[in-house]
Amino acid sequence: MTGFPILSLMLLVPLVGAVACLKASAPTARMIALVATLIDFALGVVLWSQYQIGGPQWQFTEHAAVFAGFSWKLGIDGIALMLIELSVFLMPVCIGASWTSIQTRVGEYMAAFLLMETLMIGVFTAQDLFLFYIFFEAGLIPMYLIIGVWGGADRIYASYKFFLYTLLGSVLMLIAMFWMVNNAGTSDIPTLMQYNFPVGAQKWLWLAFFASFAVKMPMWPVHTWLPDAHVQAPTAGSVILAGVLLKMGGYGFIRFSLPMFPDASVEFARLIFVLSMIAVVYTSLVALVQHDMKKLIAYSSVAHMAIVTVGLFAFNRQGLEGTMIVMLSHGLVAGALFLCVGIIYDRLHTREIDRYGGLAINMPRYALFFMVFTMASVGLPGTSGFVGEFLSLAGIWQSSTTVTLVCTTGIILGAGYMLYLYRRVIFGEQKHADTAAMPDLDMREFAMVIPLALVVLWMGIYPESFLAPMRNDIGALEARMAASRWKMANAGVHAQVKPARLAVAPSTKVGEAR
Amino acid sequence: MTLVDSLRLGAPEEWLSVAGLGLLMVAAWGGDKAARLIGLLAITALVVAGVLVAPSLTGHLSGSAVAAFQGQYSGDAFAAFGKLLIYLSAIVTLIIAPRFFDRSGGMRAEFPLLVLFASLGMGLMVSATDLIMLYIGLELNSLSAYVLASILRNDDRSAEAGLKYFVLGALASGILLFGMSLVYGFAGTTSFHGIHAALNGPMAMGATFGMIFMLSGLAFKISAAPFHMWTPDVYEGAPTPVTTFFATAPKVAAMALLMRVMLVAFGAEVGAWRQIIVFVSLISIVIGALGAIGQTNAEGGNIKRLMAYSSINNVGFILVGLAAATPQGASAMLVYLAIYVAMSVAGFVAVLLLRDEEGNQIEAIADLGGLSKRRPGIAAALAAVMFSLAGIPPLFGFWGKFVVFQAAVASGLLWLAALGIAASVIGAFYYLKVVKVMYFDEDVGKVTGAGDTPHFALLIASGVFISPLGYLATPWLGGLADGAAAALFHVG
Repeated sequence: MTGFPILSLMLLVPLVGAVACLKASAPTARMIALVATLIDFALGVVLWSQYQIGGPQWQFTEHAAVFAGFSWKLGIDGIALMLIELSVFLMPVCIGASWTSIQTRVGEYMAAFLLMETLMIGVFTAQDLFLFYIFFEAGLIPMYLIIGVWGGADRIYASYKFFLYTLLGSVLMLIAMFWMVNNAGTSDIPTLMQYNFPVGAQKWLWLAFFASFAVKMPMWPVHTWLPDAHVQAPTAGSVILAGVLLKMGGYGFIRFSLPMFPDASVEFARLIFVLSMIAVVYTSLVALVQHDMKKLIAYSSVAHMAIVTVGLFAFNRQGLEGTMIVMLSHGLVAGALFLCVGIIYDRLHTREIDRYGGLAINMPRYALFFMVFTMASVGLPGTSGFVGEFLSLAGIWQSSTTVTLVCTTGIILGAGYMLYLYRRVIFGEQKHADTAAMPDLDMREFAMVIPLALVVLWMGIYPESFLAPMRNDIGALEARMAASRWKMANAGVHAQVKPARLAVAPSTKVGEAR
Repeated sequence: MTLVDSLRLGAPEEWLSVAGLGLLMVAAWGGDKAARLIGLLAITALVVAGVLVAPSLTGHLSGSAVAAFQGQYSGDAFAAFGKLLIYLSAIVTLIIAPRFFDRSGGMRAEFPLLVLFASLGMGLMVSATDLIMLYIGLELNSLSAYVLASILRNDDRSAEAGLKYFVLGALASGILLFGMSLVYGFAGTTSFHGIHAALNGPMAMGATFGMIFMLSGLAFKISAAPFHMWTPDVYEGAPTPVTTFFATAPKVAAMALLMRVMLVAFGAEVGAWRQIIVFVSLISIVIGALGAIGQTNAEGGNIKRLMAYSSINNVGFILVGLAAATPQGASAMLVYLAIYVAMSVAGFVAVLLLRDEEGNQIEAIADLGGLSKRRPGIAAALAAVMFSLAGIPPLFGFWGKFVVFQAAVASGLLWLAALGIAASVIGAFYYLKVVKVMYFDEDVGKVTGAGDTPHFALLIASGVFISPLGYLATPWLGGLADGAAAALFHVG
């Protein structure tokens, strides 16, 4: 490694931008925000190009002991790298989406977004447990303000719900972290990922972390904050919420719950399966009957996130890889769909599906892009959605055919509500004169949707670019989970283990827990 | 230890006594016209006292090396930590007071003197290692405080606050005194170390009663539930600079005193008092949070009352560290206290800056509507205070909760930590409400008056400390607190 603190720089650039935006006039603030996010995107590209596939697990590490009790320790593996790329890619789009639609308190708005970017990257780069927690929790403040100040009519209720739900989920995680650090003697995440906690304690720790990540994810039945937050947030807020914030839940499972508490994860897998199966079917059905476009996409997010959780708890390579691709793909696609809703919302100021119709006639280019993203959400081969869902389901198939069956049903329903939405908004007659008079995409909107569409297709056609950096990390995680499944099976707790897995398990792990 | 050594150790208190008496003479001849001068001189006196105290903070001396006056007084690092916080709070009070009292006919000459004498009493409280010294310090502080609360003689609310504080405070002192007499009866000594040696093993019923009465009396002084009822009335009624003082210095002093009594005098009987502290702590957190929610919902909710409930809530969190009964827990309490003082100062100074056209103070929460558009700086500072009090990272208030709960988990109090931190979410609701009023609501145009430089300077200084930049101070603050806490656990 070069030793250049590129991760710290990526955290610093938006932060400096945020401070500069606070006092700037509206046009200046927009420019500062755009420049800052583009610089971070460029740094992200450098990061990806410098990342050594097959190199050490943790790269670009930085360490400074400037605090008491925890340390400034950064570093990324392939999984974190991909999520950082997602964040820095979506941020300029968010700034673009707010270019004209936000007219009040622009400086503060841009500052909140830039602060958000710092905190998101911080979450994915932190290698210290408490540093992670600080980044993870701190994101509540700017998001609370974004929803509450620039949100829709019912924004205050939504902002409270978002804040208190997430906070309640997270505080228990903090107590669990104290216990872990007390027990293991370190708050270093890579060390803890190899540490074997006592099986009895793992269950409690797992539940504490689950409380946090399940809310963030969100999983049924604690998903109810999400539709409210999405509907009330401004367009860019929804994009970032769906695109990146939800991924923090999945990232938490991959980084903490699975490697740190593998035995408990094996034990609770069934719980996750049940919750996810309910989520997939239930939220898909709910999405079918929505009249509000944003709410529909919000419920579809919950359904997609349920595919993520089942893929994760399949504990095999296909499942884990599929999970990561679903997360990345959903980040792009859901973000893009919210963006598309925002584009027509800016013109008509309503999200009612019935107020639209026949947009293919007066907005053909818009209809094209909306179709690309709809198809990606449905999981059409050739788009990113297909790769993720296929891999996830292939992974789950090895664990449980029932779960696969139910989840596939959800995906079929997903095709139903998305195509139904598309038909009602894009096709049909031009019922309303004002809808028919809406102009097609302008240059700014093209600049936002074209990169998104290209990446969606790239991920769908050649997912290897995205999978390669993560391969070794997923392999390490799979090995750790396999050892644990074998151990739990021998302890008579988890009887359903395929014989093929036995060969993978290192014999040293036998009976270590009890 | 010779008398000279004792006098040397007690130098800060002696200096403050002499300075206070000297300034009393100035006040007697100069009258209220000299109030500003006396204020400045009092600040100087406190700074000098701080300089006298500072060396013992890092001196690493403890036990008999710092025991003065036949073991009645200790000049250890723990006392120094408490005293510095107390002097700092007193200085802040004296800085913000003159401008406030300008509107009500000017600051009275007694005001700085009373603050000075209260600080002297509090210095004795944190240094006391004997029941008699404890009581002298406590009463000197309390009597000054009663007068301070009612210093605006023409204001009904101020007089009411003073009276309530006096009656309930006297009752609490009586309870404390009764407990002390029982403890003395069973231990046969008034010295903390003597009590520690005498009360070893199973506690006699009478001694337990004595301890509980003492605990109740002290719980009143730190405004922990269920002895918290006076707090909202006194905080609201007292003039805002006095409230700032009450929210900071006496909290530190009484909490430090409680720590010394519990960890030194009753240090061998942790099992006897831990469950009480756990209960008091949890109920303070919950009552503080619920009471504050009442303040935000009612029409005309008052920001000073809200801060009062918030202080009850925070005292609950600080007591979590005491329940741990470990050096780590004591250190965490000191860190929390330091951060809490900064948060309170920032909060009350921000409140002081809220004035209408005629310079009247604005205290109703509803009148803060849309403050972020009209006064973005003050609104941002107040929002930072609120998020910090709620313990949301990356603000520095989180660090206080962090160390306290870390200590609780380390000493095996997992359930206390889990319940306490879950209850903190209730508190988050009302802190959010204030932010909501300032940021989401429409501008009500009430806050129109101008602020002044000393206030802004204080607001910026305390604001920087509670901002994420405060984390850079953690090694330094933690080191000092560790050293101070270690002095409590020194044997011999």
